[in-house]
Amino acid sequence: MKTNQLNLTFSSIPENVGITRLLIASIGAQLDLSLNDIEELKVAVSEAVSNAIIHGYQNNPNYIVYLDLDIAGEILKIVVKDEGCGISNIEQAMQPAYSTDPERMGLGFVFMQTFMDELRVESTLEVGTTVTMIKHLKQTPVSSH
Amino acid sequence: MKLEKKIERLTLFLRLDGELDMHTASKVRQAIDLEIEKRGIRTVILNLQDVRFVDSSGLGVIIGRYKKLLPLGGKLKITNVPPHIFKIMELSGLPKIINFYLDEAHAFEEGRGA
Repeated sequence: MKTNQLNLTFSSIPENVGITRLLIASIGAQLDLSLNDIEELKVAVSEAVSNAIIHGYQNNPNYIVYLDLDIAGEILKIVVKDEGCGISNIEQAMQPAYSTDPERMGLGFVFMQTFMDELRVESTLEVGTTVTMIKHLKQTPVSSH
Repeated sequence: MKLEKKIERLTLFLRLDGELDMHTASKVRQAIDLEIEKRGIRTVILNLQDVRFVDSSGLGVIIGRYKKLLPLGGKLKITNVPPHIFKIMELSGLPKIINFYLDEAHAFEEGRGA
């Protein structure tokens, strides 16, 4: 059974979103995931981290975003946490096409939901938001002989 | 993200090279808006051949330019989209509102009454 844990703590600056994608892509490659799966994980992580910076911290670069990766057997768990303003109405925020910004399509949560097997969002106003995403890793086919 | 600009008959040809996310989206937004406002550009042809990643922030800047050009009677056209980028765009419904073309020449020809 594979187990691995990685924790990345980083400033809430846009430049760091690409770094989180590099990290998840490396992990995906290590887990022998398909290129397509890796692409999807990159989008999901990118969305969660962008949300933390844009919405959680309102683009203020002086805060910290937490990314935790936890691989246990067939489960890859990705947790993105901010200590920002929080979401007042999670259900509304998760609606497709809901966005507080007309330039954005409100697709962040849609992509996270589409590309991950499970998505959980916990948020408390003025305390922060934690997004937990789970991907079930496909079992490597066992040779029959 | 590298941007390569060319202007021909009030059409902006913009080639993007890199990852289109919240970090690079602002650069693309500024580059296009500047040409729309300062030079009166009304057609933008966006060549995505060398775009290796796009997320909702990247799609946001594209839809934002489309919405900005629409009331000005302008057009945004997308060309040379790599398959994995197209997949993300398709999920967002973008191809239903923005026209996609094989390459810049096809995009430039269309709508010119040629």
